[in-house]
Amino acid sequence: MMIDWVANYGRSMIAQVRGIGRATLILKQALLGRSNVGVNWKLTIDQVFAVGVLSLSIILVSGLFIGMVLALQGYTILTAYGSEQALGQMVALSLARELGPVVTALLFAGRAGSALTAEIGLMKATEQLASLEMIGIDPLRRIIAPRFWGGVISLPVLSIIFISAGCLGGALVGVSWLGIDAGSFWANMQASVDFYDDVCNGIIKSVVFAIVVTWIAVYQGYDLVPTSAGIALATTKTVVYASLAILGFDFFLTAVMFGEI
Amino acid sequence: MYSRISELTVGAFVVLGAICLAFLALEVSGLTQTGDTGSYGLSARFDNVAGLTGRAKVSAAGVVVGRVINIRYDEQTASAIVDMEISGNFRKFSEDSSASILTAGLLGEKYIGLNTGGDLSNLSDGDVIYNTQSAIVLEELIGKLLLNIGSDK
Repeated sequence: MMIDWVANYGRSMIAQVRGIGRATLILKQALLGRSNVGVNWKLTIDQVFAVGVLSLSIILVSGLFIGMVLALQGYTILTAYGSEQALGQMVALSLARELGPVVTALLFAGRAGSALTAEIGLMKATEQLASLEMIGIDPLRRIIAPRFWGGVISLPVLSIIFISAGCLGGALVGVSWLGIDAGSFWANMQASVDFYDDVCNGIIKSVVFAIVVTWIAVYQGYDLVPTSAGIALATTKTVVYASLAILGFDFFLTAVMFGEI
Repeated sequence: MYSRISELTVGAFVVLGAICLAFLALEVSGLTQTGDTGSYGLSARFDNVAGLTGRAKVSAAGVVVGRVINIRYDEQTASAIVDMEISGNFRKFSEDSSASILTAGLLGEKYIGLNTGGDLSNLSDGDVIYNTQSAIVLEELIGKLLLNIGSDK
């Protein structure tokens, strides 16, 4: 009884570790395997279009609204201390350090990560990947690598756009609606946000999230059970694992970047 | 044709990203390229740095000239040593400069104010400022006030 339970636990642990190993091998083969070194820009650009450009509308709208909500919520709290000029600082710092990279990555996992998994999964289910291999084209090179690079390029750019949209949204509510002086709003923001410590660290976070999310998405797609139920399960797994990984990595990165001050 | 359209939009997408990065750099974080000629380090010895934190501003005449990098405790003199990084654009602090810990507003952040003196030679990398004025600790101030009120009677 007890022994069985322990053995089950051990089996699932081994499966997890094997999964991580397979994911690493797939990534290594896709990026460095055989004659694969270098980026196929033509295919990658198509992927940047599919995962980056087509995600632009959701990123812009959610960035704008999150900035506006931050300004509105922050205003009601800051007025209690008579320091509503600090609104710009609050909006910009929370966007640049945390919300920008994290929310963009979460949206990206839902919008683009699941699509990547489903696309690759359907290719596998309809044996397109096997056919590619039959005619001598490495599917890792042709299918996986451009999608990985596309995600890694797109997500940091989307994050930067998200943070900018959020700051503009915050300014829209704070300055145009709530009547904070535009000068003190922007001056406070500029005085407190540091380009290297805040903006660049946010972008580094976003690059890490991009690697993690795209990696999980392409691995789940490449490794799934090629049935309709398998595709459904893998798509779900992509969103769940990617979201958890984003939040976990975010904590560690925040502790490393901002923990010591 | 699909590829041509995607190339165009991806180009526009990356350009939009670059514009947004420039916006973050210039408008949000106020990054300005001032032709920095390399920063240099100064230290100052304080009896008490209560409330001063890393990355605090160092200002001279109200202009930010540098930042605090590190605060450490010197066991031999039982005092605090604050390491500062001063921008290379500001090199003319005389050797008898003084440093004091000031507060922005009543409850604001602590920062270091540098006052240059009259000496002709200037501080250079690694020099230590001994002429300092420590942070005002509110509790000590209130204690002194109460003591003075008591002795008046």
